[in-house]
Amino acid sequence: MPETARAAILGRLHAAAGSGSALPALGKILPGPLSSKGWSPAERLTRLRRAMEAVKTEFLEATEEGWPEAVHDFLVSEGAKKVAYGPATEAGRALAAAFPPGTLPELVPYDRPVEELKGALFTDIDAGFTAVRSAIAETGSLVLWPSPEEPRLLSLVPPLHVALLSSATIRETFLETIREEGWARRMPANALLISGPSKTADIEQTLAYGVHGPKRLVVVLV
Amino acid sequence: MSAETGATDFHASSSKALLDPSLRANFRRAMDGLMAKRAAQFPDPAEWNALRDLAASVRTRALAKLPELLETLEAKCVANGLKVHWAATTDEANAIVLAILRDHGATRLVKGKSMVSEEMHLNDFLSANGVESLETDLGEYIIQLDGETPSHIIMPAIHKNKQQIARLFGQKIRDAVYTEDVDALTATARRVLRQKFFEAEAGLSGVNFAVAETGTLCLVENEGNGRMSTHVPPIHIAVMGLEKVVERLEDVPPLLTVLTRSATGQPISTYFNMITAPRGPGEKDGPREVHLVILDNGRSRIFSDSELQVTLRCIRCGACMNYCPVYTRIGGHAYEAIYPGPIGMILTPQIEGLKRRHELPHASSLCHACTEICPVEIPITRLLVRLRKEAAQPPAGSKVLDAGGGRSRLEDLAWAGWQAAHTSPLLYRVMGTALRLFGPLAPRGLPLLNAWTKSRTVPKRAKRTLQDLVREKGIPDA
Repeated sequence: MPETARAAILGRLHAAAGSGSALPALGKILPGPLSSKGWSPAERLTRLRRAMEAVKTEFLEATEEGWPEAVHDFLVSEGAKKVAYGPATEAGRALAAAFPPGTLPELVPYDRPVEELKGALFTDIDAGFTAVRSAIAETGSLVLWPSPEEPRLLSLVPPLHVALLSSATIRETFLETIREEGWARRMPANALLISGPSKTADIEQTLAYGVHGPKRLVVVLV
Repeated sequence: MSAETGATDFHASSSKALLDPSLRANFRRAMDGLMAKRAAQFPDPAEWNALRDLAASVRTRALAKLPELLETLEAKCVANGLKVHWAATTDEANAIVLAILRDHGATRLVKGKSMVSEEMHLNDFLSANGVESLETDLGEYIIQLDGETPSHIIMPAIHKNKQQIARLFGQKIRDAVYTEDVDALTATARRVLRQKFFEAEAGLSGVNFAVAETGTLCLVENEGNGRMSTHVPPIHIAVMGLEKVVERLEDVPPLLTVLTRSATGQPISTYFNMITAPRGPGEKDGPREVHLVILDNGRSRIFSDSELQVTLRCIRCGACMNYCPVYTRIGGHAYEAIYPGPIGMILTPQIEGLKRRHELPHASSLCHACTEICPVEIPITRLLVRLRKEAAQPPAGSKVLDAGGGRSRLEDLAWAGWQAAHTSPLLYRVMGTALRLFGPLAPRGLPLLNAWTKSRTVPKRAKRTLQDLVREKGIPDA
């Protein structure tokens, strides 16, 4: 059945192709309104923060050397007990150095298939830590490419997502990001834009945060 | 719905909706809010015009190459490790989904928001086949609890106020206490649905854009339930209408920006989830299998008509509903259709046929608001007029389903009379005089007159016609 459906559908489409939409002129295809904005690095940061803070994202300013300590101190102050992270990344190794063994919060390495970690992930883990690849000033978005070292659910299941962002990686627009980073040639299994904590307005259009994903998003800015 | 023809009765359902003050208040408030938020996102008319030109050109280019792009998409997806299925009808699509679930012995499915799955009536089908198919978008969850269908394609539970939702949760959810606090209601849904995400054996989602160049499925959402449904269970099934494909990855940013700004007045949604492959080697999570079901359900027929083809440009932002004066007053359910509002008035008759749905293209004052607001420049009003013609007097070789299905002998007779009167000066004069003399005497209760005068004042006729006055001034007949 599926094979005949495929042939029938494509047959109908091929038979009708060219009857309607003509190819638009090339001038219209070029994304004029999305082209370069000419924003300075400082302006990109300002715009990113403004857009993300408008949807309740929190920012934690830190230094290149001191951020692991800052994350540690922040999680202590939040009373977090278990924090999931990817131990094999550069950021993961730096983070681990700031968390003395035997003290709270405890770092939980996400280093095995989710099937072995699912229970803990859904019930015990207070926060997930990831680095981000880059960010988009125009829309206030973090760009993540989850990987074997930094799995997809780290930024989704725990109620608090702590994301490490280097301000040098903030780009102007999504289009620029796709182009400059050559995404079309090497799309990962999953790519994500995250632009705040989980939210909904499905009840009377009243904004409520933390419906299914993280209730809080904290960006550690270096 | 009439038992004889299967036709829906829009007059009856819309009249009923108009008498519900709570429904009208809920929609008025919501639509005002959505219009204000959208307007704030497009402060610069020049940018708006450039953006919608661009978005329209992306969609036009995708349609111009539609069959080739679908073939490329399929090849890319298969190369990336997805399984691709084709369904000519919703029955076939349902059977495909069920077969995938049965293959894995899955009986618990969590769903992200998908209008195509509404088109398939997937929840009813699966539950009749022993599968729990649970909506996890908060709005969809609310209406599923109440056994309803969406009244808006973006805000499915917008017809309900928080008091109604509080009562519903109190009745249907164990341990839920009555509260009108939106945060508390949201927290209750989070608690129930987290457990469901944890247990689910499969997840299902729609597709906002499918990129042929890379074989990537893009999902737009705010809640995180879409990511939960596509990343937590071991199987992910995505269902899409065949028009959702775009050519290149670079086509995505312009569509994404007009979609979120038009739909909810957000610069971007909280999550933009781009899925290109199942769990890869070494990956710790993500589904082990990803299936893509490509549904036709009448779309290839729409595609075959050169004028109506633009219907398929739609990116389902819902802005045409928010701006429609008819939709705002009667709400989404009165259309008795999966897709309500202006886009529904052109899409539904083409999918379900003009015999059942010939009334829908008339549910508009042709005020043009939908056409002006459409981010991909679909000439909705022009298509409404075209479909009205298709229903009454279809051209030879019409490709519209059940063309001529709205034909009425009385209407044909009335127009034949009108035509006769307006092509014969003598008849025109006789009719005019008769109407002037006897029109006011006609009883208001007459069936046809009644329908008009029930909600309108009868126009008062002038004592003398314009023609008489003009002639009196010595202006000769042309």
